[in-house]
This record gives sequence, C-alpha cells and structure tokens, in this order.
Amino acid sequence: MANVKTIYKRSEGLAEVPTSYCPGCTHGIIHKLVAETLVDLDLLDRTVGISSVGCSALNYDFFACDMQQAPHGRAPAVATGLKRVRPDSIVFTYQGDGDLASIGIAEAIHAAHRGENITIVFVNNAIYGMTGGQMSPTTLLGQKTTTSTDGRTASQGLPLKISEMFATIPGATYIERVSVHNPQHVNKAKKALKKAFDIQNKKQGFTMIEFISTCPVNWGMTPRGAIDWAVDNMIPYYPLGVYKDKTAGDK
Amino acid sequence: MAKVLMKGNEAMALAAIKAGCDAFYGYPITPQNELPEYLSKHMNAHGRVFVQSESEVAAINMVYGAAGAGARVMTSSSSPGIALKQEGISYMAGAELPAVIVNVMRGGPGLGGIQPSQADYKQITRGGGNGDYYLYSLAPESLQEAVDLIKESFDIADYFRNPVMIAVDGLIGQMMEPVDFDLPVPKWDLKPKTWAADGNRSNRGKNIINSLFLDPQVLENHNIKLDKKYQEMKDHHQRYEMINMENAEIVIVAFGSTSRIARTAIELLKEQGVNCGILRPITIYPYPAKAFDELPKTVKDILVVEMSMGQMLDDVKIVNQGRYPLHFYGRVGGMVPEAEEIANKVLEIVRGEK
Repeated sequence: MANVKTIYKRSEGLAEVPTSYCPGCTHGIIHKLVAETLVDLDLLDRTVGISSVGCSALNYDFFACDMQQAPHGRAPAVATGLKRVRPDSIVFTYQGDGDLASIGIAEAIHAAHRGENITIVFVNNAIYGMTGGQMSPTTLLGQKTTTSTDGRTASQGLPLKISEMFATIPGATYIERVSVHNPQHVNKAKKALKKAFDIQNKKQGFTMIEFISTCPVNWGMTPRGAIDWAVDNMIPYYPLGVYKDKTAGDK
Repeated sequence: MAKVLMKGNEAMALAAIKAGCDAFYGYPITPQNELPEYLSKHMNAHGRVFVQSESEVAAINMVYGAAGAGARVMTSSSSPGIALKQEGISYMAGAELPAVIVNVMRGGPGLGGIQPSQADYKQITRGGGNGDYYLYSLAPESLQEAVDLIKESFDIADYFRNPVMIAVDGLIGQMMEPVDFDLPVPKWDLKPKTWAADGNRSNRGKNIINSLFLDPQVLENHNIKLDKKYQEMKDHHQRYEMINMENAEIVIVAFGSTSRIARTAIELLKEQGVNCGILRPITIYPYPAKAFDELPKTVKDILVVEMSMGQMLDDVKIVNQGRYPLHFYGRVGGMVPEAEEIANKVLEIVRGEK
C-alpha cells in the first residue's frame, strides 16, 4: 500500500455532499471545473457563488464557498448588488437556459451592459430540466419537449444564440462557448473558466462562459446518446469558440 | 445643527447617508425621483455605491445581493414599482435579510396616477409578496419624522433581520420643510453580521443565504421562527401618537399626510365646540392595537380618514372589536382631503346628521 498515491479526488471547491443531478447529466463535470478553477487560482476563500432556479438551484450546498440563492433569472442582479459592495470578492452566477435566456435575459444583458466584474457560468441544455422538460428559448427547431410535443416550430421562436448576442454588448469583456462532451473539450472548457475568473480577479469586467450541456432524462436518451445528440445537433447550431475578448489586445 | 429647508425625497436620501447606508439600487418612477437623483450625486462622493438598475425587479434583487453580503442597503420606489419589487422583498424576508425600502405612494390600481395616495396600505401591511411574512412599516407625517425614522430604520432592519418599509405618500416626497439631521434617534442592540455571505470563508467557514427549504417540516419550522419576529414586533414595537385626547368625544384615526391634515381639522372643530382627538398610527405594521385600549371614556365614535377606499379601516375593525361605532371618510386617485371636509364629516357624526 505504500506506493498508493492519489491521482484523482473530489475538488476542495466542492462540499462533501451528494448532488441532486440525474445520472449522465453534465452539471457534475461543470461543477467540478468551476470548483477546480477557483482552487487552482486560489480564489475559493473570497468567492460567493449565486445559485439560480432550475436543476442547479440546490448548488449552494454543493460548492464549498459562500453561496447565495437567487430568484428565477435574477442571479446577475443579485451578483451585481453583492459585487458592488464587496469589490474584492469573486462572484459567479450559475444559470441554465430557462433561467438566463428566458426569465432572466434582462438581468443578464444589463449586467454585461454595465460591465459588472462578475462571471456567468451559463449551462445550455436546450430544455427546462427541473420542471420536467419544457421548451426553452434555446430548444432547437424540431426538438420535442413537453410544451412542444410535435417538435419546436419557427412560430415558437427560433433558438436564441446567447453568446453571439452577448458578444455585441459593448460592456462585455470575455464571452466563450465551450462543451464538455469529451476529455479534450473538458480541458478546453477549464481553460475558458480559468481565463474568465482570471479576468475578474484582475477587475477587467464581465465574463460569461456558455456550456453546451445535456439532459438525458428530459431528452429521453441514454447518457451516451445525449452526448452524441449534443455533438450532432447543438454544436452545429451553437458553434464553440471565443465570441469576444477585450483583453486580446493587452498581450 | 441648524435646520435646513429640503424637499422630502432629498431629505430622505440624505437621512440614508447619515444612517450609514452603504448602497442604493433603484429605478426611476414618479413621485420619488429626487431621492435616487440626490443619491446618484452624493453616494459616490461618500465612497458608497449607487446603481440605477434596468428595472424595479433588478433593483430589489441587487438589494438582496448586497444585504446578503452584510451591507446596509436601501431602495426606493412608488406603488407600481413596489408591486414589482415584491419578489425580492419576499426572498429577503425568507432569507432573513435587512434592508430599507421607501415607498412614496401614488394613486392606483394599475398605472393609476402620480398624485399622493395611501392605497398601498394592504400591499405594505400584509407582507406584499408570497408567503407568511411582514415588513416593519413606518408611516411618518412630516419630513423631520421621515428623516428620524429612516435614520433609525437601518438599525431596526438589522435588529430583526427583516426588511423595513418607510411608507410615505407623494405629499411627503414632494413638499419642503425645515429639517434637523442631527437629532438623536434610538440605537438598537445589534449583533455582528456573522451570517453574511461576503467571500470571507477562511475566517468562519461557509455561509449560505437562502430561502429554499424543500423539506416541509424544515420550512414549517422556518416559518414559526420568522413568526416569532413578527410577534415581537406586535408585542413590543407598536408606535403611535395620541393627539388632543382629553375629553375627546370623537377620535379620527389617520396616518401620514392625512393625520397632518386632521390636525388642522380638529382646530376647526374646537371653534365649533367639538372636542376631537387623533389616534395616529406611526407603525402601520405592527398595527397599534394598544392605542385603542387607551382611548378615554368620553369617546363615542371613531372616524377613519384615509387616502384610500378604506384599506386601514379593516385593521381598525379588527382592533376595535365592536367597541365603538366606526365611520369612514376617504379620498382617492390623488385627491387629498381638505381639513374642512374632515371637520364637516366629524360634525355630521357628532350632531347625528345622516
């Protein structure tokens, strides 16, 4: 046993509690990446995370840092209020597509517009998970949900491209869309988070990382099938990459 | 310090700065605009935070975030804007966060009007949002009282870990009066905010600000805990003023600007040989039930006067418990009752006319 060494363990950024997420959902990976990033950058002790409403509503119990639970869609406003009075803290929101792209679109846009020095972790799985699989603003055309049972049609709205939209906001500093469907992309996603939190730590303004995510249960797929569906359908419509980087010229 | 002549909204803004308000988040709406305008100019100069939000909903959630981090925080609005803020107010009550909310009331329902009103009485005194909660609600009748109560209200909010509502109407917001900002106000016994989630984990472990309790037994316990605060408010912190009560044969119950006008009405009534008292609630939550036990034996009738269709009248019915015949006089929509109208209503009652 003397030669046994730990090569993988739970991040210190996560509390020792079971999560409420369904098997195969990528929230777990994204939580791990956020937690590891805060630990790697030595930011955990001065971080406050803002939970939203949806599947991640309970993550105030999952992250090991200070947490505040926000009303549906209001996390960027809560983050604004908090960050303005505690400018040396690190503040992130964790929001799904129902929370950010629908009920909270105004709060998210205006936090970016004011250039709030916060980081939004936006998890886009194209469906309302917590409430049982209803259509969201990012649900793809033809995608079946409990409120688009024959598949989404154009009359229900063409899916919103959030990162592209936020890249047009003058106040935003860094916008990137990533995916966690394979180890290579998990590593890329972590780099994006590191970049975003580093920008916030340097007080350079608003950052948002959009994650393409899955919902095997409400999509009616296996975890493997959901990953494949995201790669085949979501990523072509929601291309990965850096959409805005105001710091690019600083090098 | 000498008195200074100021407009109500600006005086309330300066009172907040004097009280150590760290941050203000608000959205424009008439008739309270001079309050955020004043703070936009002066908060930054004092090293404090001012943000004009994108909506009332965002403003109250910024208040929620800052309060969760332990800051002294305020917002202001007027009736329809307060309605929009109920989401965040309910969350703050649930998460036990202090904040001061100024409501400069205007006529409703809907977009209503922009002239003075007291028709938010139920919105203010019944909690206002979802769930079992209340706001400690103060209704000043002058700028001096508004300034003194705002200075104290930050302590009250911190003490109860619950939002405090300052309920004024457009008259208080818009009129000018001389005010002394340095009058002493009661100091409350406050504990350090060790519960704040402000990114200071290394000193005390993780803190969580939250109003979500999925286990019904845990949520029931939480509601019972919150209710103890409201019972303490009711038992120990009712505030009211009794005016001209000696030998009063009739008593006007009125708060805010309306009680101010009633003061003139009782002078007119003295000339008519009628002794009329005023029972003036200063807290409209908790409602000053104790005041009704102190009415002199000479009182035969009670007249409730409001700038609403009789919203406080319901509370008077509850505390009166059938002891006195109740009468009502109200003006609405931004119409303000004149002293003569109130005096005439009193004369009708005491002379048995109609």
